[in-house]
Amino acid sequence: MTDAGLQGPRSELGEILHHLVRDPLGLAGLIIVTVIVASAAFAPWIAPYDPIALNVPDRLQGPGGAHLLGTDQLGRDTFSRVIWGGRVALQVALPTIGGAIFFGLLLGMIAGYGPRWLDSLIVLLFDTVRSFPTVMFALAVVALVGPSLNTVIIVIMATSIPTYGRVVRTLTQSLREAEFISAERSLGASTARIMSVHILPNVLGPLVVLAAMDIPTVVGLEAGLSFLGMGVKPPTPSWGSLLNDGYNLIRNTPWLIVAGGMPLILTTIGFTFLGEALRDVVDPKLRGKGGK
Amino acid sequence: MAVLDILDLSVSYTTPRGDLKALRGVSLSVPQRRIVGIVGESGCGKSTLISAIIRLMAPNAQIRSGSIRLKGAEILELSEAQMRALRGAEISMVFQDPMQTHNPVLTVGRQMIDIQYRDKLSKTEKRKRAAGMLALVGIPDPEARLNQYPFEFSGGMRQRIAIAMALMAKPALLIADEPTTALDATLEVQIIKRLRELQEEVGCSILFISHHLGVIAELCDEVVVMYAGEVVESGSVRDVFHNPAHPYTRALLDCDPGHIKVRTRNLPTIPGNIPDLVHLPQGCIFAGRCDKRHDACAARPDMATVNPSHHAACHLIAVRETA
Amino acid sequence: MSTLLQIRDVRVRFRVRGGIFSSAGSIDAVSGVSLKIEEGTTCGIVGESGSGKTTLARAVAGLHHATSGSILYRGQELRDLPEAEFRKLRREIVMMFQDPIGSLSPRLSIKSLITEPFRIQGIKGRDLDAEAKRLLAMVGLPPEFAARYPYQISGGQARRVGVARALALDPKLLIADEPTAGLDVSIQGEMLNLLARLQDELGLAIMIITHNLSVVRHITDRVGIMYLGKLVEEGETETVFARPQHPYTLALLAANPEADPDAQLMRVELKGEPPSILRRPDGCEFHTRCPFAQPKCAAEVPAWEVSGEAAHRCHFPASWAQSEGRTA
Repeated sequence: MTDAGLQGPRSELGEILHHLVRDPLGLAGLIIVTVIVASAAFAPWIAPYDPIALNVPDRLQGPGGAHLLGTDQLGRDTFSRVIWGGRVALQVALPTIGGAIFFGLLLGMIAGYGPRWLDSLIVLLFDTVRSFPTVMFALAVVALVGPSLNTVIIVIMATSIPTYGRVVRTLTQSLREAEFISAERSLGASTARIMSVHILPNVLGPLVVLAAMDIPTVVGLEAGLSFLGMGVKPPTPSWGSLLNDGYNLIRNTPWLIVAGGMPLILTTIGFTFLGEALRDVVDPKLRGKGGK
Repeated sequence: MAVLDILDLSVSYTTPRGDLKALRGVSLSVPQRRIVGIVGESGCGKSTLISAIIRLMAPNAQIRSGSIRLKGAEILELSEAQMRALRGAEISMVFQDPMQTHNPVLTVGRQMIDIQYRDKLSKTEKRKRAAGMLALVGIPDPEARLNQYPFEFSGGMRQRIAIAMALMAKPALLIADEPTTALDATLEVQIIKRLRELQEEVGCSILFISHHLGVIAELCDEVVVMYAGEVVESGSVRDVFHNPAHPYTRALLDCDPGHIKVRTRNLPTIPGNIPDLVHLPQGCIFAGRCDKRHDACAARPDMATVNPSHHAACHLIAVRETA
Repeated sequence: MSTLLQIRDVRVRFRVRGGIFSSAGSIDAVSGVSLKIEEGTTCGIVGESGSGKTTLARAVAGLHHATSGSILYRGQELRDLPEAEFRKLRREIVMMFQDPIGSLSPRLSIKSLITEPFRIQGIKGRDLDAEAKRLLAMVGLPPEFAARYPYQISGGQARRVGVARALALDPKLLIADEPTAGLDVSIQGEMLNLLARLQDELGLAIMIITHNLSVVRHITDRVGIMYLGKLVEEGETETVFARPQHPYTLALLAANPEADPDAQLMRVELKGEPPSILRRPDGCEFHTRCPFAQPKCAAEVPAWEVSGEAAHRCHFPASWAQSEGRTA
């Protein structure tokens, strides 16, 4: 390989963005996700109305005029509720997935790198949790403790940990046999150092891809629970509760269902496209870009 | 009539950095019933050459010019369906990595019978033929072995099976791409000997690619030396190895560890790297690393004749001729 | 010159779990090896696949546990040494791995990689930038390489980075696992010359693991030939090359012939394939492939015979010389 062919390294982020922009679906995903995240972050400034402000005289109006997407049965502006609903969705998704990543990494790396008995124990734990149907489990907990944002977060996080943990464990197991791990051991690196400096960064890539693809699932789960009345407490807006209202009021106005359903669809499309594109970027990097 | 005639072949790869000119004006010929070796190091273009012959090229590869004739017929113009008819029948291949050559979930017998799909024989007859080929390559107890899976064979045996499969259809040309590189040296000895015997028996020609000079010297009748996408020297093995005309060939032979008889702590090397194939230097491709470089080397040398069966692309030979 | 490393009767045993096609058992990847490396000298261990040479190297480097025997480094027993103690010695005993790019942690820059030893050993107060530049210069790489990543460099360059990393803390023993495998012939010399130069400049002892006997000839003072986990011949390099005693040594020498089509090749063709390490042959383990085998070879295990500066394990050493009336 000649030196003439080698460029200096771009920053990691720059590299990722560079590839995403080339891929039309990835670009679309990136744009959608940016819109969703930005609108959720800037909800207080973007939403034209207070989402829980009642305005009964204007109830059940169609879109147009003062209300972009119309109003619901209590006169609340649907568009504002959609935007704030997005905030709630991400407020659930981010800590949930963040927590699942954290514990999944911890348990997965220990299982993958540690002694076999510990691995068996952790896998047993994972399999036990995974054998519970998630929604049933969530409903049972909510029935015991009462619906609230925090309950939803903890329940979904707990049921997601095994998925992330398993992926981390498999990656860790294969990395453990890698030559560079032997090299680090031969230099005297401690287990803690090997796990944090050499295994963790190489596991993060696929994990991020998994997380990106998982966000729609978590958001959907929250929406589902809220639809059933077991999620966030009213009057907190949620796409799921919008769907529930819309379901009840379908003869009066179809717009509530559209308002609840469209964001869910867009979120799924956006994050899935982004996740797929990220996977293409991450994979070849793991394998190394050297060679002809 | 030669079995394979390559004339002035040029192949490029389209890359983000530009056009990578992997092969430039490559000409060589494989006579009937002869073994021709190709020697070259990384980046010399031998993989590209083979992929062009059997037309299984990377999507970004383009044949810019030249001709490849198999038994006199131009094959670059053939359709994919016609090429498929040739592969495994007129031209067959043995690859470098014996661990990845076979389908791991089918028995060896099943695979050897499957590739006879073109022949109108009964299954029993095909099986007999397969067992016969296994015996020919030196696998003991071939009938029983046909029922085994590839993982039950060692690397050396898998390579023999690959050779058996390649020769079963009695091809006109067998291309062997570094078939022994992944094997231990003592196994290499066995396989090379067997290959020689088989070639005489089947009557095919072999194009043998290797970077192992000793093996080429032993097995091949003729040799072609490639460097950075060009043929720099070709001729009979005796001529090229005893009387290397091109400075690269000479340097390569000097570097061969088996060649250096006196113990030394300062082994010869060829300093430098192969040139950038996207932005090619002017003139002789080896000039940058050649210790005999002089003014004439700013122009690309033609293939000069050392003797009727020995040619090299170096200005110094032409000088000798005119002198 | 004192003895740096003394290996006595080392055995490395792995337990093999039973499966559908094979039974459980144990294999001795290294089955009783003894040798000595003096300070500042080079010892070559040559063998083919299954010989156990890499396992031996890794056992010395503390990556595999030696089941029995003794590995003495400057008189200190390494076998069963707790990792906390071994870590101190890891400044002096370093290893260079076979897969050049695979042995470099992919997400670290070259600078981070070659200065890892400083961090791991808790050495403070050094200018790591300067150290990185110094180490790169030592192996002939330009300082710009410090900012690169493993996926951006070639295999040959990655090998040198591996050497640079090994040299970081001024080691005394370098174990090089196949330092020239995969390298083009024209640059193999560069790596070997580098190792020779480092040995001269730093007084480094080197243990080279390789399957290529001709590589070993120039750079080693002593060489050991391994087959199925045992040494079959060992001695001063020149002596072994000039007068090989074991048929396997002869076979290895003959397998790397000169590029001369007219050379009279002393072709020693071995029969069959290497036997499975799970079912070791009786008597002399080499007899199943040996072209000079006699009935005694299948029955009796040959003893390790020392003669002068060389030793071997064969009932009928150099039998070809007697039968053909000339020395090999």
